[in-house]
Amino acid sequence: MALLQIAEPGKSTVPHQHRLAAGIDLGTTNSLVATVRSGRAETLADENGEHILPSVVRYTLDGVEVGESARQAAGEDPLNTISSAKRMIGRAAAEIGSLGSEQAYDFVSGDSAVPRIRTCAGEISAIEVSAEILKVLGRRAQDTLGGELVGAVITVPAYFDDAQRQATKDAARLAGLHVYRLLNEPTAAAVAYGLDRGADGVHAIYDLGGGTFDVSILRLNKGVFEVLATGGDTALGGDDFDVRIAHWILDQAGWVGESDRSVLRQILDQARVAKEALAGSESTRVSVALPGGRQWQGELSRDQLAALLDPLIRKTITTCRRVMRDAGISVDQIEDVVMVGGSTRTLRVRELVAEFFGREPLVDIDPDRVVAIGAAIQADVLAGNKPDDEMLLLDVNPLSLGIETMGGLTEKIIPRNTTLPVARAQEFTTFKDGQTAMAIQVVQGERELVSDCRSLARFELHGIPAMVAGAARIRVTFAVDADGLLQVEAREQTTGVSAQIEVKPSYGLSDDEIAGMLQASIEHASGDVQVRRLTEARVEAQRVIEALGTALAHDAEDLLSGEEHDQVQAALQRLIEVSAQSQDANQVEAAVKQLEEDCEFYVERRMNHGIRRAMAGHRVDEFNQEGGPKAD
Amino acid sequence: MFDFSKNHFELFGIPASFEVNVAELAVRYRELQQVVHPDRFAAAGERSQRLSLQAATQVNEAYATLRDPLKRAQYLLRLQGRESEGRQSTLDDPEFLAQQMELREAQDTVRSAADPYAEITALSRKIDAMIDALAVQLSAQFNGTDPDRLALAEQMVLRMQFLKKLQSEAEAIEADLDEAR
Repeated sequence: MALLQIAEPGKSTVPHQHRLAAGIDLGTTNSLVATVRSGRAETLADENGEHILPSVVRYTLDGVEVGESARQAAGEDPLNTISSAKRMIGRAAAEIGSLGSEQAYDFVSGDSAVPRIRTCAGEISAIEVSAEILKVLGRRAQDTLGGELVGAVITVPAYFDDAQRQATKDAARLAGLHVYRLLNEPTAAAVAYGLDRGADGVHAIYDLGGGTFDVSILRLNKGVFEVLATGGDTALGGDDFDVRIAHWILDQAGWVGESDRSVLRQILDQARVAKEALAGSESTRVSVALPGGRQWQGELSRDQLAALLDPLIRKTITTCRRVMRDAGISVDQIEDVVMVGGSTRTLRVRELVAEFFGREPLVDIDPDRVVAIGAAIQADVLAGNKPDDEMLLLDVNPLSLGIETMGGLTEKIIPRNTTLPVARAQEFTTFKDGQTAMAIQVVQGERELVSDCRSLARFELHGIPAMVAGAARIRVTFAVDADGLLQVEAREQTTGVSAQIEVKPSYGLSDDEIAGMLQASIEHASGDVQVRRLTEARVEAQRVIEALGTALAHDAEDLLSGEEHDQVQAALQRLIEVSAQSQDANQVEAAVKQLEEDCEFYVERRMNHGIRRAMAGHRVDEFNQEGGPKAD
Repeated sequence: MFDFSKNHFELFGIPASFEVNVAELAVRYRELQQVVHPDRFAAAGERSQRLSLQAATQVNEAYATLRDPLKRAQYLLRLQGRESEGRQSTLDDPEFLAQQMELREAQDTVRSAADPYAEITALSRKIDAMIDALAVQLSAQFNGTDPDRLALAEQMVLRMQFLKKLQSEAEAIEADLDEAR
């Protein structure tokens, strides 16, 4: 039986409660969910004891299948079974075609910026496929933990661009998850390793998954993980190894004709099996059935495998070299090299990484689970379950952000590897007399030419006051938040008029499309929109109530006068009542806003107090010499 | 509330000087982010999150400015009412310009050298050393009593800008060489 928790009158209104939060590794091939229970982070199993959920979704006339059963059906039902959705998310149809993926789906050409695949259950986007996977993992966490999740941390490749991040966040929204943070996969792995060892210093995280590659250089100092530089390739992974091996098999077997989808799939499977077998032996037998009843048998050795894979692995090493240069770190300054991702099981990968960094990489945490575990640890901290924890993650933007200038050139506004959050402004002027509108193209990438970068969005500014050419000064601010998502704001400086911005994302869903999908998914679940909105509003209210309660218990006595304390308490009480009694989501939402307004002064006071306390530990004269602190 | 009107030096609680103890600056940076970073407000309401985002952005900007000698010098000049950034000042120093051209020529011939890696590394080191030497001169200038010291500092900042540009070009060449390996 649960013990009754009784708060001292006038003190904390809310007894401390462990808030349920999860970390989700949404992978190309496999996905996992983890959570912190009794101080330990662990991945969660399904009812059959399986931790790994294959990232495969099959659409049938009866409903949706996710995971192992869908994966097994891929051969017989390839057009309705979607795998590797992560390779497609946040991308345009033309780009997906150029990824060299062996499987082709039936893409629909349409108006939406998001490519859709025709299935027997209708047209589906990669965002919806990912949402199905997230739903299953969210449900697994809730069933295991026995309660509503208040928030989740979802991992993404560090090298994901703005569109891919936004699409992942949209998928979570469709799955009904509150996303605390999108966390970069290598940073998550560093958290899982770093907290385990308490190892201060500079570390390299080499993360090679099924479809993506990332490398990050981090400095760990007393619980603060500071990413110095990151790099990678969002279309390079173990799947590409399999393709190389499959081509070799076809070559050796002397097969020149067109192969159908099921033959290719079979050979790819054999390629994967051979690759995995070579982790344990010097050579392995390969046997495949070719069209026309032909059989081919052969031998694949480790040396042969190395010859096949080296060009791909060397590409990752080139990226490592660039990232080290960006970080301003030399190889001998690296304490540890951590291996993450299933593809680092390939011994040749470990050999070449060891050769480059001049030391044996660490492989002692299961490379499949380490990312989910790191995400769970951060989710636990973000949920506020560890108020005294010092852990803090300072990540960077992986790609430079800029705008198109005259002549199709890019002007970088925020260079790559800038610590987040960041905001930078740029001033523009008008080009014609009386001009009242202007279009700005936002691009992401490292090349000089706009055509070589990704165009993220087009912004149109309207309502610029009419002036002579060159007189208007429009300040456009680009801000990237801690999730790596971009926001743009514009203001005319001489008059202070803020120009309206209309965003036309080049990729991703519009708000209307998301609303439509949410509506459809709710109808499908035969639920009620109002009920769902009310539940969400109450969860949000609960979050705010608990956060304020924790804050009050912590420092109300120091920071608030008796009168102020009463005011805050009364405001808090009002929200508690509205949230419990009202059946109207709008009312609950308004009450949350009201409480935040009433308590803003307190939030600001807490922040200032924190800053003063942090700086009070230092003296100004510590700073007099470049060489180090002066003695007393 | 978080005082957004504080200048970068005030925010870090240090004197407005060109001399900065970078290791100590890093310590204060981490402590400030511990207080204001959005991760500390993930479970809080929207307004708190927005405030924290703005504060963390400002702390990052201050840190990026103060730890880099060129940005720090530019910022100090700006605090003293001298806008050097963006202005098309010309450098009236034939000796320095000749040196620039020499470095640029060396850069252009790197790719055809017998060992381009060794060449570009040596060149980068040379540029780094020149930047370090300029930083020492800048420090003396900021601390000096010369009535023209700010104008002179501005000239040095301009030279440093040139060198930084050369340095990033050298890095781009190195990256190209990596790709071609």
